[in-house]
Amino acid sequence: MISRLSPATRIGLAIAIATGLYGVSFGALSVASGLDLWQTMVLSLLLFSGGSQFGFIGVISAGGSGVAAMSTAVLLGIRNGVYGMQINALLRPRGITKLAAAQVTIDESTAVCTSQVEVREQQRGFWVTGVAIFVLWNLFTFLGAIVGDAAGDPKQWGLDGAAVGGFLGLLWPRLKNGEAWAIAAVAAVTTVMLTPWIPSGLPILAAALVVAAIGFVKSRHRVQRPEDSAPVIDDADRRIAGEGQ
Amino acid sequence: MTLWWWILGTSVLCFGTKCLGYVVPSKIMDNPRIAYMSGIVTIGLLAALTAANTVSSGQNVVFDARIGGLVAAAIALKLKAPFIVVVIVGAAATGVLRLI
Repeated sequence: MISRLSPATRIGLAIAIATGLYGVSFGALSVASGLDLWQTMVLSLLLFSGGSQFGFIGVISAGGSGVAAMSTAVLLGIRNGVYGMQINALLRPRGITKLAAAQVTIDESTAVCTSQVEVREQQRGFWVTGVAIFVLWNLFTFLGAIVGDAAGDPKQWGLDGAAVGGFLGLLWPRLKNGEAWAIAAVAAVTTVMLTPWIPSGLPILAAALVVAAIGFVKSRHRVQRPEDSAPVIDDADRRIAGEGQ
Repeated sequence: MTLWWWILGTSVLCFGTKCLGYVVPSKIMDNPRIAYMSGIVTIGLLAALTAANTVSSGQNVVFDARIGGLVAAAIALKLKAPFIVVVIVGAAATGVLRLI
C-alpha cells in the first residue's frame, strides 16, 4: 500500500513522523522551563516553528526576559518568511489556502516541496509534510508536556542536557562548510563571554547581532549562491525517507 | 500573566513573518544578500542557544554535566542519529554524569 503513495507523499510522511515525534521533547522542556500546559500548546498551535519554539523556552529557562525570548524566536522565524516567498512562487496558493500554507511553512515542508521537480509532487510534498507535522507535532507536544509535568525536577532526568542536544541537533545540518563553523564559533564564544555581564537572554541576541554584522560586511563581496537559503534536511531524515536506497 | 502576552505576541509575530513571505514580491528572493544574511543569523542564533544552554546558569558561566551532554549529542550527530535520538542521548549523558 505504501508503494502506491507518490514519492513526495512518502518522503513527507516519513519526515513528518521523525519530526513530529520530537514534539515530545519540546513539550517536556517547555513545562520544565516554567510554562504551563496551555502556554506550551499555544506555542505549538499558533507559533508552530520548532526552532523559534525551542528558542523561546531556551531563553525563558535561562532566566531571560519575555522580550529577549520574543526577539530570539522572531529572529529564528525570519527564515520562514524566506521560505514563504519560495513556496508562493512555486505553488501560488489563493485566498484562505494562502493563510493555511503560511502556517505550515517550515523547514521540512519547504525542503520536501523544493526537492521535487513536478508541480503536482511539489504540492503534495508541501501539504502532506506541513499538515502531517502540524498534527503530530501538536499531539506529541501535548504528550510531552503531560509526561514532563509528572516527571518532577527536570534536572534530575538531565532534561537540561536534552535542550543542549536539541539545539546542537538543529544547528548541525547547517554546518556545511568552514564558514558556517566559523560563524557558529563566533556566536558561541560571544554568548559565553557576555553571559556574566548582561542579563540572561541578551547574550544570545548580542551574538546574533555580531554575526549579522559580519554577514552584512561579507555579503558585499559575495556572488549569489542560492543554496545558502535552501532549507536543509539532514542525512538522517533522508535515510528515514528511504531516499537513495 | 505577562508571560501569556509574550507567548501570544511571539506567536502573532512569527505567523506574521510567514505571511509576509506570501505577500512580498518574489523578486526580493533574487537579492542574494537577504538569503545569505538569513542563513547566517539562523546559524548564529542556534550556536548561541547551544552555548547558553550548555554553560549558563542565570548570569553565571558554569561547566557541569551539560558539557558531557553536548559531547555525547555531537557524537550521536556524527554517527548520523535521528534528531529524537540526539535529544535523548544529550539528556541521558547529562543525567548519568550528574548521578556520578
